[in-house]
Amino acid sequence: MFLALFIITLVAGLSLGYVNDLTKGPKAQAKLERKVNALKGVLPAFDNNPVEEVILIASERAKDSIEIYKGYMQGKVTGTAVIGSSEKGFSGLVKIMVGFGPDGAIKNIAVLEQKETPGLGTKMKGEKFIAQFRDKDPSSFDLRTTKDGGDIDALTGATITTRAFGEATQLAYDVFKANNKMKEDSKN
Amino acid sequence: MLNQKQNFLKGIIKDNPVFVMLLGMCPTLGVTSSAFNGLGMGIATLFVLLMSNIVVSLVKSQIPSKVRIPAFIIIIASFVTIVEMVLEAYIPFLFEQLGIFIPLIVVNCLILGRAEAFASKNNLLSSVIDALGMGIGFTVALTLLGVTREILGSGSIFDFRFVSENANTLILFILPPGAFIALAYLTVLFNKVSTKTS
Repeated sequence: MFLALFIITLVAGLSLGYVNDLTKGPKAQAKLERKVNALKGVLPAFDNNPVEEVILIASERAKDSIEIYKGYMQGKVTGTAVIGSSEKGFSGLVKIMVGFGPDGAIKNIAVLEQKETPGLGTKMKGEKFIAQFRDKDPSSFDLRTTKDGGDIDALTGATITTRAFGEATQLAYDVFKANNKMKEDSKN
Repeated sequence: MLNQKQNFLKGIIKDNPVFVMLLGMCPTLGVTSSAFNGLGMGIATLFVLLMSNIVVSLVKSQIPSKVRIPAFIIIIASFVTIVEMVLEAYIPFLFEQLGIFIPLIVVNCLILGRAEAFASKNNLLSSVIDALGMGIGFTVALTLLGVTREILGSGSIFDFRFVSENANTLILFILPPGAFIALAYLTVLFNKVSTKTS
């Protein structure tokens, strides 16, 4: 009885270890590809590998440190992507990637993780919603909903999602600004 | 040979795991918010069911009956973990969509049920055919449910939209209560049709 169970668990353990080794590479590759695809979506054309040159910054407004990716074209910064998040979504975490141009205007936003209500909150991935943010500079564009005195039209039936999205974008912008400021300070 | 044909067909129609036996309700209700998810879950389950039936049928005489349930669970859990790792590596999109429901295939009573009730008592060939029949029956049921809910809830089939993005669809059907409603109506329909034809 013990021997039978022992052999079964041994074989199971060995084969799982083998498959794990086999899929380790492709798994990391798939994760990387997803990130690069998101970066391509929010940044202007770049010729470096932003994923390798990630900058991590701690913020008290987010649990994990915030990732910043810089896109370069022939040595010049063409854009910066910052991952912003908010825990205040309708079903918790909303994680987005915001791409900023060198002037600080939002280029594009990609939704990375969300668990919002299908058909309502998930419309934040839609072109109509995202289009509101494009080419807006958050220093003059209020990222709150119109209901709260801001400039964003909330999604119908998903005000909470919209608020979380705005908050995540604001966080990304603040970190982007703080990072730029830090660099200028270190230059002086 | 006729016997094997019946053995295969019973999983799809007479003993359909979802519509007749009502087994594996957790993934059935949880992931079928779209046709693609239903199909993906069905195929993942089919694979685990097939592999566990094969192994259980092969080692059935070596396992003392006192520890057969833990032994079956280890075998099933190993294949589920393999499916999980392979999906994450090669079909990350589906892996994300199915999420927690992939590891939960382990506790899908359909798989342990077939191992215990069929594969541990029958030879390899019958077990393989039983697994294929049951797995296909499960996949068909999940896909049907996914198609129904996607058409009503999102106005699309396999992500192909046939209504405009702003059209009002019956969102209820992609939410959890819609799963119960759709399952109930499909079960009635399925049993009505299958009793009539048989």
